[in-house]
Amino acid sequence: MGKKILLEHINKPGIKSYEIYRQNGGYNSVEKALKELKPADIVEEVKKSGLRGRGGAGFPAGMKWSFIDKKSGNPRYLVCNADESEPGTFKDRYLMEFIPHLLIEGMITSCIALESNLGFIYIRGEYKWIKKILEQAIAEARAAGWLGHNILGTGYSLDLIVHPGAGAYICGEETALLESLEGKRGNPRMKPPFPAVKGLYGNPTVVNNVETIASVPWIINNGGDAYSKIGIGRSTGTKLISACGNINKPGVYEIELGLPVDEFLNSEEYCGGIKDGKMLKAVVAGGSSVPILPAELFYKTKKGEPRLMSYESLSDGGFESGTMLGSGGFIVYDEDQCIVRNTWNFSRFYHHESCGQCSPCREGTGWMEKVLHNLENGHGKMSDIDLLWDIQKKIDGNTICPLGDAAAWPVASAIRHFREEFEWHVEHAQEAQKRNYGLLKSTKEYFSALVV
Amino acid sequence: MKVTIDNIEIDVEPSTTIMNAARKVGGDIVPPAMCYYTSLKGSGGKCRACLVKVAQGSTADPRPMPKLVASCCTNVQEGMVVQNITSPEVMETRKGIVEFLLINHPLDCPVCDQAGECDLQNFAFDHGRQQTRYDFERRTFDVINIGEDIKLHMTRCILCYRCTMVADQLTDGREHGILWRGDKSEISTYIQKAVENDFSGNMIDVCPVGALTDKHFRFRNRVWFLNPMDAHRDCKKCSGKVVLWMRGEEIFRVTGRKDQYNELKEFICNDCRFENYDSKNWIVDGPRDIANESVINANHYEEGTKALPKELYSKLNNEKWENV
Repeated sequence: MGKKILLEHINKPGIKSYEIYRQNGGYNSVEKALKELKPADIVEEVKKSGLRGRGGAGFPAGMKWSFIDKKSGNPRYLVCNADESEPGTFKDRYLMEFIPHLLIEGMITSCIALESNLGFIYIRGEYKWIKKILEQAIAEARAAGWLGHNILGTGYSLDLIVHPGAGAYICGEETALLESLEGKRGNPRMKPPFPAVKGLYGNPTVVNNVETIASVPWIINNGGDAYSKIGIGRSTGTKLISACGNINKPGVYEIELGLPVDEFLNSEEYCGGIKDGKMLKAVVAGGSSVPILPAELFYKTKKGEPRLMSYESLSDGGFESGTMLGSGGFIVYDEDQCIVRNTWNFSRFYHHESCGQCSPCREGTGWMEKVLHNLENGHGKMSDIDLLWDIQKKIDGNTICPLGDAAAWPVASAIRHFREEFEWHVEHAQEAQKRNYGLLKSTKEYFSALVV
Repeated sequence: MKVTIDNIEIDVEPSTTIMNAARKVGGDIVPPAMCYYTSLKGSGGKCRACLVKVAQGSTADPRPMPKLVASCCTNVQEGMVVQNITSPEVMETRKGIVEFLLINHPLDCPVCDQAGECDLQNFAFDHGRQQTRYDFERRTFDVINIGEDIKLHMTRCILCYRCTMVADQLTDGREHGILWRGDKSEISTYIQKAVENDFSGNMIDVCPVGALTDKHFRFRNRVWFLNPMDAHRDCKKCSGKVVLWMRGEEIFRVTGRKDQYNELKEFICNDCRFENYDSKNWIVDGPRDIANESVINANHYEEGTKALPKELYSKLNNEKWENV
């Protein structure tokens, strides 16, 4: 069993309620943060822990906190990004729904570290019932004296506000989130200035993912050094992985970073192997926007080392032969799944969710979707594959926010690793409507080598 | 601060953008701008037409920037080295941007009033490819009236957001904005309400394409058949400095004065723009200086006429004009 930090108490009956949560050591970190530590100490502990942003980019959280402008004297805000809408990612939902007080506790300690008196939880609009759960938890915390004026008699005041989005994936991008929170159209802002300098209402703001914030209480209680001992290298601590697709046991798992992917995918403790004894075709390791990897590159890096579930190991080899840990949305495809259809599906999502502010993403995502639709439905041309490659190249890196990149990467990686399958769709348009291409030649060779 | 753009070194004030530094040098190295507008706060960064490569971030940190940056909203640093037309990567990307902007554009230049003074037309002429690779249906919208004076062809819009910024920053009370998202987004007033205020006409001038057109001028003439004349009048609301677009004695339309980058120097009021089509109301200063490569300049002014004394222009007579 790996170490559990976030989900340690998740199975205790009644953990949703304040009393049970408190009995299990809840809110101890707030007491420690307010009475024993200075705000700068907390930032230092988080820096020491090596905790990295769990939203997808993996930026060190302590570093982000230290960028915040405390000298200007303007109010500072902490905004929790709970706008989890990446296809394949559902870890924050699990955390907020079943152990809401962990997030509230994390919000309070993080606000103390940032010397902020107002925190926001920007929650995805579709999570309407979770908004109620969080509001209930906030009310309980306030009644118990963890929120409000003069907390624990220390003179520190804090309030938390839960704000729902209106159903836009783009509002998970931090600056679009801030625009939306201000009541404007959710268009990403130009950076710089970064939110740490000029964020919500023009004031210094830190935007962190739910899981990042929920990890803070443990770090305060046990120290940053203890946290940095968990995991491997610069990937410290534990990570929630939401596994789905053709596996025996889909669900949310907490893993210690550095777990071998083979163990995660095939052991009984985690995913429990591919469903119905089929063979693995491909894996999207961190939510729909990260590059898809074929089985042979997923198990082993290009250098031949076994791949681990960590930021570094998964991105080994760059986008040529690697992927990203991303937000932890782990999607598994067995031998019967169609990569072209899957790519079209992802493309359709990004087309639907593009905000339309900058031209490459607004026009390019729609174009890619239409070309992929043609390929999937038997109207494709051989030149379409090169066209797709060209479109994604023109989008990648040329947009205001990372949504353009996120739309380009799945298409690029699908063509890079599964070009044969795209070509098969063009050459066998009729057949492609009835059956799938199956496993790639290289994948077949890989598995036959394993058997020997 | 010393900056090098396409091997040309220039000294600029701190917190100048790359775009403005390049404009100071002038000529070919100025990146194209479809959405940036100097006088509109917060404009720029959206069309990505002005992307340039920063080969060296600054003297202190000489690393190149990892991605192409929008020159209209990136400030220069001491010792920055920028590549615009000297970078094949930038030119290739720009080609892609033209293609993206055109895939949902109707390309109805032959019947569009903006033709001849259209930023997109110029941009596509300079950087576009000969033929489109897009063979799907283009998005279309109905043509709608927004108020007495303006017509909106959403189909032609490239979503530069300039007009919404005019509405936001210039006029009293915002009256229109962007609805929906992605390639379905459209400029609109709330349930087709009219745009009614004294400066709304400037939306027509800031529009880089033919999406917002002057209802008084629509289909009445092509811009290259008209003689643009600088003129002014006493106006209580604005500076009254305009350009009259004339053919003979008749004024076909009135616009603000645009500089070489097609940006208005001063915004004018709707009274000047839509109410004064009588040439008696204006004092004509002389023919407008139009860039040599512009189609508007095609065959109007012969060399030397510009040097004539201004008094000659105060009385407008087309016959005399041709005899000069």
